[in-house]
Amino acid sequence: MRRTAPGFLTTKHYTMPKIKLPVKTPKIDMTPMVDLFALLLTFFMLTTSFRPQEATVIDTPNSISEKVAPEKNVIIILVGKDDKVYLNFDNGTDTSVLIRKEVLKKVAEQKSLTFTDKELKTFSTWASFGMPVERLKAWLNTADSKERDKFQVGIPIDSTDNQLNLWVRFIRLQNPNAEVAIKGDSEADFKTVKHVMDILQENQVNKFNLTTNLMKEEAKLEE
Amino acid sequence: MAEIIQAEGKQKGGKKKAKKFSTHIDMTPMVDLMCLLITFFMLTTAFSKPKAMDITMPEKKDDPNIKQPEISANRTLNVLISGNNQIYYYFGVADPKKPSEIPQLIKTDYSKDGIRKVLLQRNKIVFKAVSALREKVLKGELVMADSTLTRQIKDLKKSDKNAPIVLIKADEKAKYKNLVDIIDEMAITTIANYAVVDITPTELQMLGGSAPAAPATK
Repeated sequence: MRRTAPGFLTTKHYTMPKIKLPVKTPKIDMTPMVDLFALLLTFFMLTTSFRPQEATVIDTPNSISEKVAPEKNVIIILVGKDDKVYLNFDNGTDTSVLIRKEVLKKVAEQKSLTFTDKELKTFSTWASFGMPVERLKAWLNTADSKERDKFQVGIPIDSTDNQLNLWVRFIRLQNPNAEVAIKGDSEADFKTVKHVMDILQENQVNKFNLTTNLMKEEAKLEE
Repeated sequence: MAEIIQAEGKQKGGKKKAKKFSTHIDMTPMVDLMCLLITFFMLTTAFSKPKAMDITMPEKKDDPNIKQPEISANRTLNVLISGNNQIYYYFGVADPKKPSEIPQLIKTDYSKDGIRKVLLQRNKIVFKAVSALREKVLKGELVMADSTLTRQIKDLKKSDKNAPIVLIKADEKAKYKNLVDIIDEMAITTIANYAVVDITPTELQMLGGSAPAAPATK
């Protein structure tokens, strides 16, 4: 032991007092918060209607129309702002027949392509697509959703290979009651939309919906 | 349970007293989960449902024997839409066989004082009747179901035999938004008879030429 000043600051006599902080677990009463969360959760769960997944982002124009767009039993033709055309149709009201599957079979037949049962089944569960039929097979077999998006190049609508016409014709044959809606982007060319309308009219669809966003406007007559 | 039995064994004969347990449950995991779920639902919810406007196109007839319905020229209002949000209108018919009688193209715009004013002036009678009916229903003077109101408005629209017939024509440079805007104007000004038709070469020529600006508002 090293000597220090006698009786002064020796380890024996002087020890730092241990300061014991009272260990308190901070308990917050979370009950009201949980109550609130539960309420919010219930609200969202009940009011939710899932945003349908679409092949591309479409910014629809505004209108004063208050009619809710049909959601079921509908053929939706999407026109992107880059004038690419996508198609979405559902399996219809009859649950025993998968319309998407049947339509794909028929369209593939026209193009002398074959799809396996697995591919047909996958197709019946997916939504909008926009690619030539020839590339559909590769799209259906791509597992990665990012990779899959690269296939969306638009359905050919020009007169040399009018595949949209083919699709619409077979969907109409399978499901004659389906409503038709055109969901175009504000910036899409009228030319493309007109072309789509012409294709629809070729298939005896003379009445259809244009999907829009609600924006109120009023007119006043000046005397 | 086991503890309670033990406690009973110790207090034999004495007052039976269940040992008090702290009722504090750690709720953190539950709260975490709920937070996640709420976030998920908030992000996936679509609040404003998309709306749709009906449009009925004139039927395409390839058969040359079927005559297109004749429409009187003095009821006809032609609206031409072009690129860069340009919009023009003219009254009557532009007949390529009578070049001297081709009506003047008048330039206007999509604003409140633009095309809407023209349409309203033309459709005055129907618009007044429909607004009066709507006002009455709104004020509660008339009580009717929505479907009845829609039907009555439809009847009112049909009643005026001099209501304008609007032909909407667009050239290749027009945007889809322009089309929706102009169809929307039809709904705003309660015009019953309108159609989206193909633009004629004569009209394309008229668009190509210079169009005078709208006359000063009366």
